[in-house]
Parts: sequence; C-alpha cells; structure tokens
Amino acid sequence: MSQLTTLPRDTDGRLTPAPPPGELIDMPRFPINARHELANTDQRNNLQAATATIRAKRALRVSEVPQWEDLRQAAKTIKDQVDRHLDSYLLQAEQSLTKAGAIVHWARDATEANQIVVDLVKATGAPEVVKVKSMVTQETELNEALEQAGIAAWETDLAELIVQLGHDRPSHVLVPAIHKNRSQIKDIFLTEMGQYGTPAPADLTDDPSALTSAARTHLRNKFMRSTVGISGGNFLVADTGTLVVVESEGNGRMCLTLPQTLISVVGIEKIVPRFEDLEVFMRLLPRSSTGERMNPYTSMWTGVTPGDGPQNVHVVLVDNGRTSVLADPIGRQTLRCIRCSACMNTCPVYTLVGGHAYGSVYPGPIGICLSPLMRGLDSPIDQSLPYACTLCGACPDVCPVKIDFPEVIIHLRHEVAEHKIRDTKPHLETTAIAAAGWFFAKGRRFTVMTWLSGLVGRVFKAKKQFGAHMPWPARLWTSARDLPIPAAESFREWWRRNHERP
Amino acid sequence: MNARDQIMTRIRSALKHTPDQDEDEPILTWQYGQPTSMTDVVGCFIERCADYKAEVTEVDADQIPHAIAATIKKLGITSVVLPPGLDPAWRAAIEQTGTTICEDDSPMQAHELDAVASAVTAAAVAIAETGTIVLDHAANQGRRALTLIPDIHICVVLASQVVSDVPEAVARLRPSVDAGRPLTWISGPSATSDIELKRVEGVHGPRLLIVIVAR
Repeated sequence: MSQLTTLPRDTDGRLTPAPPPGELIDMPRFPINARHELANTDQRNNLQAATATIRAKRALRVSEVPQWEDLRQAAKTIKDQVDRHLDSYLLQAEQSLTKAGAIVHWARDATEANQIVVDLVKATGAPEVVKVKSMVTQETELNEALEQAGIAAWETDLAELIVQLGHDRPSHVLVPAIHKNRSQIKDIFLTEMGQYGTPAPADLTDDPSALTSAARTHLRNKFMRSTVGISGGNFLVADTGTLVVVESEGNGRMCLTLPQTLISVVGIEKIVPRFEDLEVFMRLLPRSSTGERMNPYTSMWTGVTPGDGPQNVHVVLVDNGRTSVLADPIGRQTLRCIRCSACMNTCPVYTLVGGHAYGSVYPGPIGICLSPLMRGLDSPIDQSLPYACTLCGACPDVCPVKIDFPEVIIHLRHEVAEHKIRDTKPHLETTAIAAAGWFFAKGRRFTVMTWLSGLVGRVFKAKKQFGAHMPWPARLWTSARDLPIPAAESFREWWRRNHERP
Repeated sequence: MNARDQIMTRIRSALKHTPDQDEDEPILTWQYGQPTSMTDVVGCFIERCADYKAEVTEVDADQIPHAIAATIKKLGITSVVLPPGLDPAWRAAIEQTGTTICEDDSPMQAHELDAVASAVTAAAVAIAETGTIVLDHAANQGRRALTLIPDIHICVVLASQVVSDVPEAVARLRPSVDAGRPLTWISGPSATSDIELKRVEGVHGPRLLIVIVAR
C-alpha cells in the first residue's frame, strides 16, 4: 500500500478534527463549570449508569483476590521506593533502554516534549502518525503541536476516536467518551468519518457492534499505511528497559507493532524498579480499572527487537510538573497513581459532574490533587479544584496504590489559603477572616460585635434562617447552605439576666 | 543545562530533605513469584479463557495436529500464516487440510497479512487465574504482526505452560525479556467497552481466538 504524501484538509482547513477552542487551564472555577455540566441531563444519565456498572464490576473482581490488601501495600511500597530514588531509577532505565537499542530523550515541559516528537516525526518524512491512547500526550496537547507542524495525529482507541471526531475533549481517563451515548456516536461517525478517511457506512445503526465495526474499517487503512506510531506507557521497567502498554482493542498492538518508528512519551513517574514488580501491578490495574481479571491485550517491549516491530524506537521522558509534585512531601504520594480511574468512578462529585468541569485532562479525585500540584496555584481553576470534594473518603478505599486523597486534598486547601494570603489581589475569604481576627483581638471590639449580632437577631427574630437569595457576598454562602439568624441575646447577657443578682 | 541534567537537579532538590537511607525507608514485605492455590490449574485456565468468549478445546498432547486441522476444516479457513519455527507435525497436519499456507520466512508486509485469514502459533506461558495466554514471540510463535492482523488466531497451549497466576508467569517470562524478546499478553479476543460500557468483541486484533489446550 503506498504511503500518502499529502493528506486532505477538512472544512476548517485542518488535517484532523479541531478540538474545542481555549486552553483547559483558562477555564473558570470548578463550581461555575460544574453548574454548566450538571445542566446536561444526557451526560448525567450516561455517567451515572456507566460508573455504577464499572463500580460493580470492580468490586466483584477485587473480591476474587484474597491478597488484595497485600497487593495494594506492595504497590504503594514499590512506588514509594521509586519516588525516593527517582533520579537513580531514571538513570538506570535510561541505561537499560539505550542498551536495548532505544534512543532516550528528556523533556522538561510540554513544549519541549512536543518539539522532540515533532522533530522525530519530521525526520521520518511521515505525513501522519497513529496514536495509542495516552494521558501524557493529552496533557502536553501533542496532537495540536503535530497539526501545527503539518502532521496528522490519529487517535486509534475507539473512545478517543469518538472524542477526536466529535471535536470534543475526553471526560474520563479510561473511557473518555463516557459522556456520549450510542445515538450521539452514530451521528458523529456519519458526519465526520468521511472527512478524515474511510467513511462510515450510510446505513450505520446505533448498535455498539455496528459502531465498533465502522471504527475498525475507518482505522484499518491508517494502521496499514502509517510508518510512525506514538504511545504512552503504563510502566517503564528500570532494570530491563521494558515498556508496558495495557489495552483492550488491539489498536495499541497495531501502533506498537506495524510502524517502522515508535515514539513513546512517558512521564518520569511511570518507573517500576524490577521486571518482577509487574506481577503486583498487572494484578492490580485491570481489576481496578475495567473490572476485568485481565485486560484483553498487554504489550511489553524492550528497545528494538531485530526483525519484529519498529526498528527505530524512541522514548521521551517527560517531567512537566512531576518534579514539583515530588517536591511536596504530602502531595508526592499522588505520583504513585497508575491511572486506573477507580477513584473517579467512586467519587460522588465526579459521577454527577463528569470530567469536563475539572479544567484538566485529569478529572476526579486524582485530578483535583495532581492538577494543582503539577501546575501550581496561580489559576482560578487550580485554586478551586481542592474544594471539588466532599471529603467522603470513598476514593482512598478503592485506590490500588493507597493514595490518601483526603490527606492531600486538605493539605492543598491549606496551600490555597496560604497562596491567597500571599496574593496581592484581595480575596473575600481572606478579607473576612482578617476582619474576624480584628474583632476577636480586643474585648471591646468583641463586645461591639456581639451587640451588633444580637441586633440582627432581634430584627429578624420572626425568621429561623436567612433565605437563599441574600445580597452579595452573603449569597455565596446562602445559595448552598443554611445561615441561621443570630441569637437575639448573647450567652453573657443571658447569664447576667438569670444568675447575677443585682 | 540540558533537559536531562535539569530534571536530575529538580529531582535531587525535591528530595533534599529525604535522605537516601533512613528509618523511614519503606520496607517491602511482598514475596515474589508465589503461586495462587487452586485445585486444577489447567481446568481453571480453560474455564477463565472461555469466559472471555475465546473458543477453548481440550485435547491429549498427541492429538494437537489433528485438533488444529479439524479447526481449520470446521471453520472453512482458506489461508493460514505459520511462524517459521512451528512444530513440523503441526505443520504437516495443516498442509493436509489443503488450506493455503503463507510463510513468514521473509517477513510479509502488513497489507499482505491483512489478506490472510488466520495464524497458528504455539504459546510461551498461560495464566489460569486470569485466562491469559502470553506469547514471547519465539520462533514457534512468530513476530507480533502474525498474531495481530489475521482475523483468526489459533493458539496451542501445553499443560506444562499453564501456571496458576500472574506472579509465576512473570517469573517464567523474565528470561525472554532478558533475551530482548517482546511479550504479548492475550486474554480473549480484542474487545471494547467504550460505547455505553457494552462489551463488543472484535475490534482491531483477531476477532476469533481459538485455544487448543493439550494435557
């Protein structure tokens, strides 16, 4: 099959479907996004049904393993050891990879990672690449960097394909199109597929088998002709240089096997020390994520294998904020995350709101920890994320690497408060606390405060509490919470009246 | 400073209050390579493998060539690609079915493999608890593309290759990895649950997985 030298452009003049405009980090605060998402009834129904199913499957598969708690403890310990000696393990991994014939690249941030990939693809002369689902390349927005360099990046995971063709963003780390139902997917396939390759059959129904079959046909040609594959990696084994990709559909195997060049973009926290450690993680990951005893396909490769698969193997090791996470002694534990998504499936906030409200490719409990830790607290979205949580404690119970999410979240709330105090811009919360501090500082001021409060209590004594529709800023509190009417009489006044005889 | 050095500096600075060795060093008590106890390892593998909608047949070891040939005839398979190191007795039985045999001695192109109906291979290890077959792509299994592109994969697993659970499998596979060979773990035919979490078998990998287990 001949390789295409020029690819057709769509009606937007692009090679691949345009994602929604704007940067994730520029999104408004979480509550504003959440309100918008909650209004989407279809999405809420889809999410509730899907996460309930997956929670039940996970619980069943976990209950089959008597040593589950020992496995979790082992995974936690292994990953903690990795983090404590991350520099040594990375250098060992680099050495193993190089010995096995892979070329190792290092990227400080997203821009550098994307530039490395763009340059590598350009050097091959390939007009397009096939991609395995990867969180880190979503994080760096690699597809857009490739598009701008005139290279088409095709997502090949079914859900990622649905999201890409739908000009949409993923809403879940494992099932990125969880917010779309079958009829929406059918419409996307019918309208979009033909613009970017093999069209969907005109008589396409909304039966999942028919939709899957259309995706198989659409992607087959791309797999057969593409000369460059791009992947992430679930694990990178330091002592052997082995990379692991865990998947279901076989699109991963296609991308990892058929092209001549394979570029794997891997976060520096993906290390496991020894090949043997995979016995722990390969038991924890499938059961935690899809609720299967084992996922259909796992590929493991160690550099270049002569005569089998890609003969040009590159590995890009990416920091992009991970060392900032490592520098936070409490937040550090989130680097243990193996991206299973069990935390979001069990989260009462995520399962209602969905993944689009988090202003990050990482939603749910892990997202509200990782995003502010990786990106810092300068943006409104990152300042709001640690509060997108009820502290119910469901997520640490299902986490296969025992991340204590509430501990990290409370710590981050403290960090947000500290950040606001240092901030030159006035914040309502810090102003209110400072005002309270002023009143409490002197007895006279406190007496005046109590008298004022009692006055309010006497004026509104007919009511039990203030209504939801208070003037700003009180509305910020009363729109979601009760605000009782203050007591008309303070305790001191009551005591004086009843116990102190004149 | 180049990116590698700078990342190293960042890591060391992030860990500067975390001494290399101290009493906080997490202690790993996990015992590696332990079997999971089960009464019938091979029986469990057959049951779990069939759970994934793979077609599993159990035969005596001397019946393997016959079982392969019978499968090819039953499904009316018109063409098959064979790895170069496949057992000669298996190969002879396949030849007798009259199906077209494609050799991969000089590697076939992807689109050539796309025109082949099936592949017949051996396996390296099988895992009972999870119903998983692991290929280490030795000469009797062929390169990875062989068992990926054709729509039917007929895989022969010997009882001696079946272990109880993942830890034993990982231990057995270490030499293959040290030899630089890739591994493919296969648990049923390719599948997706991406549309409303409804499981659909057969996406990009072989849509039909036939496992012949030889006792």
